[in-house]
Amino acid sequence: MRHDHIISAKQLSRADIEAVLDHAADIAADPSAYADRHADTLLGLLFFEPSTRTKMSFTAAMKRLGGDIVDMGSVESSSVKKGESLADTVRVVEGYADALVLRHPMEGSAKMASEFVDVPLVNAGDGAGQHPTQTLLDLYTIRENAGFDDLTIGIMGDLKYGRTVHSLAHALTNVDAHQHFISPESLQLPRSVRYDLHQEGAEVREHTDLDDILPELDVLYVTRIQRERFPDESEYRAVAGQYQIDTETLAAARDDLTVMHPLPRVDEIAHDIDDTDYATYFEQAHNGVPVRMALLDLLLEGDR
Amino acid sequence: MSDDQQLRVSKIRNGTVIDHITGGQALNVLAILGIDGTSGDSVSVAMNMPSDRLGKKDIVKVEGKELSQNEVDVLSLIAPAASINIVREFEVVEKARVERPSMVEGVLECPNHNCISTEDEPVESRFVVVEDGVRCEYCDTIIRDDLPAHILAD
Repeated sequence: MRHDHIISAKQLSRADIEAVLDHAADIAADPSAYADRHADTLLGLLFFEPSTRTKMSFTAAMKRLGGDIVDMGSVESSSVKKGESLADTVRVVEGYADALVLRHPMEGSAKMASEFVDVPLVNAGDGAGQHPTQTLLDLYTIRENAGFDDLTIGIMGDLKYGRTVHSLAHALTNVDAHQHFISPESLQLPRSVRYDLHQEGAEVREHTDLDDILPELDVLYVTRIQRERFPDESEYRAVAGQYQIDTETLAAARDDLTVMHPLPRVDEIAHDIDDTDYATYFEQAHNGVPVRMALLDLLLEGDR
Repeated sequence: MSDDQQLRVSKIRNGTVIDHITGGQALNVLAILGIDGTSGDSVSVAMNMPSDRLGKKDIVKVEGKELSQNEVDVLSLIAPAASINIVREFEVVEKARVERPSMVEGVLECPNHNCISTEDEPVESRFVVVEDGVRCEYCDTIIRDDLPAHILAD
């Protein structure tokens, strides 16, 4: 894999994806072998939005490779509060670190920031745009649990604003997955994502009801429908309620269905699923560390 | 009325004649070129003239102005059939059709208010020309209709 920056799942070829996933599998099998691989390496974390798992798993990944992190901290305590541009912030911080991880509330922020720095920059979520490292750990989890051959996946919830969905849907075109999109009409895939899927020759099959397609699925990828996407509470409750699953909902599913979620969940996956073989979301979250270790190792290799 | 007769109506000495503009788009063309008449140079506009090729076409003649590549690029998006005649000393010295560019920079504003290119950052807006519109290089938003409405104000 040879990329200077990781901005979008769209830039990743099947070969790139396989390279990261294979490397992640090697690391997961023997993490201690990589414990000193990037001693003296500093990863700069710039999180302009709250994040728990992405930030912690990048931190864990860098430390498990023997390196350390420098963290901008919260926006409230930073120079951004004084009106500094993002371009200036990243140009300053690249002097402090060997690679940067950026999360920012605006679409295109990572792409723009990458134009101003020479060190590798990884997009950890840009508004409703892309979240490519989440996609890589999702793909790793899918490959481990269901495999890529003749994969049928249902992606459900907020498909309009959910950046993990946009990244994942595009990446899945690389493995020719059969993709089904399940959402209320108001939260269907945005035009730009449809355009990309169409360009890649993928068929967009949309459903408003999970029952229509559930028995065919190898993987069900659930995302949260957020309250703020709806004008009022009652409309939100009415819609969100239709996209919650529990063991009863899954009665029609195949026994080997893999249920995933980028987390955090609120109530879209009932806790009674947690103890079933379907539940793969905690494993998915844990996979963030070896996958991000693999990605950082491959990105930093060019500098070694 | 032939083009030739048209040119005689208001011949310009030095400048640009843009012919075969899609009917009704002349004022948008002037907007793209930042021409509002305040410079004092003569500007003539003919709109919805009969045209064999287009049915109806607009013509714009601008004294004292030769177009930049950027201006030609955006022009090509709203008036794909336009031809550009550079006039020096009353003679057409150069005649060219516009060509569809692969990218337009710094001329259109992204309609996505949450796009980083709309913020106070040191970058110009950048749109890739796709099959049936243009697409923001930063946030991927696609503009299909009404491109002139997205032209950046000076």
